[in-house]
Amino acid sequence: MDMVQNTEKVEVVSGNKSAAYGAYVCSPDVIGIYPITPQTSVVEDLTQFIADGRLDAEIVEAEGEISAMASVIGASAGGARTFSSTSSMGLFFMFDSYIMAPLYRLPIVMVNSNRELLPPNTVACSHQDIMEVIETGWIHIHVENCQEILDAIIMAYRIAEDPEILLPVDVCYDGFYLSYLREPVNIPSIEAVNNFLPTQDRPTLGGPNNVFSCIYCGADQEMAELRYRQQDAMEKSKEKLEQVEQEFAQHFGRSYGGQLEEYRMEDAEIALFCMGSHAGTARVVVDQKREQGIKVGLVKLRMFRPFPQERVLTALKNVKALGVIDRSVAFGWKGGHLYRELRSALYGHGLEIPMADYIAGLGGHDITIPLIERVVDETKGIAEGKQYQEITWLALE
Amino acid sequence: MIEIRLHGRGGQGAASASGMLVSAFTEEGKYTCGFPMFGFERRGAPVTTFARFSDKPITEKTMIYTPNCLVVLDSAQLSFPNVYAGFQENGILVANSNRLPESKPHENCKKLGVVDATSIAIEEIGIAAINTCILGAFAATTGWLQLDTLVNILPVYFKGKMLDTNMRSLERGYHETQIVEYE
Repeated sequence: MDMVQNTEKVEVVSGNKSAAYGAYVCSPDVIGIYPITPQTSVVEDLTQFIADGRLDAEIVEAEGEISAMASVIGASAGGARTFSSTSSMGLFFMFDSYIMAPLYRLPIVMVNSNRELLPPNTVACSHQDIMEVIETGWIHIHVENCQEILDAIIMAYRIAEDPEILLPVDVCYDGFYLSYLREPVNIPSIEAVNNFLPTQDRPTLGGPNNVFSCIYCGADQEMAELRYRQQDAMEKSKEKLEQVEQEFAQHFGRSYGGQLEEYRMEDAEIALFCMGSHAGTARVVVDQKREQGIKVGLVKLRMFRPFPQERVLTALKNVKALGVIDRSVAFGWKGGHLYRELRSALYGHGLEIPMADYIAGLGGHDITIPLIERVVDETKGIAEGKQYQEITWLALE
Repeated sequence: MIEIRLHGRGGQGAASASGMLVSAFTEEGKYTCGFPMFGFERRGAPVTTFARFSDKPITEKTMIYTPNCLVVLDSAQLSFPNVYAGFQENGILVANSNRLPESKPHENCKKLGVVDATSIAIEEIGIAAINTCILGAFAATTGWLQLDTLVNILPVYFKGKMLDTNMRSLERGYHETQIVEYE
């Protein structure tokens, strides 16, 4: 095994190891982490890289997630490139620090292995954990396979560290379905990543020789300006992702569609809309249904925060009906989060697309090919004017 | 696409076995992926893991419901009906057991490979970590993998003495499997 990643290579790795490699090839200075299923092996792999002398980084094996994030906040404020990772209850134990990172405008990159909440006792997959923190000011990018985890981390640093953005990015991948999925992953050389990801001087808030206080905020206007600039940077990050993806494709020959991917949408009359690992399963169903003559396409959302309203409107402008698959529940609002966002994004733009929301995949419930086939069939019925149920809980049918 | 479902218990190495299959199929130039499904990590708890390989890219991220091949690491589960759920016609069963079954294990079973992996693993490795042995049996029974390929990928998963003992366990699994074909 190469001690240092000097050449590109293909290795069979889990999603967690792909995340660790993603961090590794970006040469972070400080890593603050704490283990939690199904993310633990990210921690183990990064620690091993350092123990083997392959990665020259300070690792903070914190006593909990709140400190793990606090350690990278301090390091990032001092100009270090930082990485962290967590999941589910760890994310919530981190919350106090998590919410500070975007307010300080720190370009931290981390990964979240999407998982259910407790109780009941489960470590299985859903999007419920990450959906609880969507309005914290972090950029959230969701991915579909192990290669996309690694590639999204590299791109995340470019976006986070861009002087126009300076916001933290959370790369989110489904627990079990991706965290433990093993497949061959192309791991670029550190040199290639360095060429794509310049080790420029990052802006610093302070450091040991430049101690500062950022607790005090005096007037309402100052607060409003901070928030306004933060919101403005989030808006800009949408276009930034598109630019960064184009450059990434030139460097590495892979691309994922930027804020979202349209799969077989050119002449689609109906569409599936989903995000995460099951987008891969949805592709299989789209292909099968296309062979049967049904003009169905898939919109795979990649960027959940900020929500890519413009790309969504363009992608859906010609469809007659939409089937949404949600892997989370927006408590107190009758559907799931994707459905809620879509209703909001489409309103007032002349796109009165009838859509049905399917809540699936909670607690590791498998989103199977037959389940997605059913969503397509019912969506086709909606396009033909049939009566339909607005919200369907697939596991309860 | 060929789908393989592995049934074992925490500690036997079913999760790693799925990973080793992916490494081996990759080495042989196939598209492949695999993953485990379990609850909290516990020794002795039932574990189901999955592997797929194909000549075309594989994008689905679901568990396996219609396996072409079953690998049963835990002999007690050979009598569990749900282990055979969805077993496809002309299916291949690879089982860890110290005896051949008296009758055809399932109506769709075309080929059966049986190896006493627990005894071999305890003799060679010292613990009942039987995954490398059962993979030897898998290669011998299915013919979908060369033994050499498994030999080549094993150093990715084991180092030092563990590599030597698992290598012996793998090779004995390959050579000591009893194979039965049914009409």
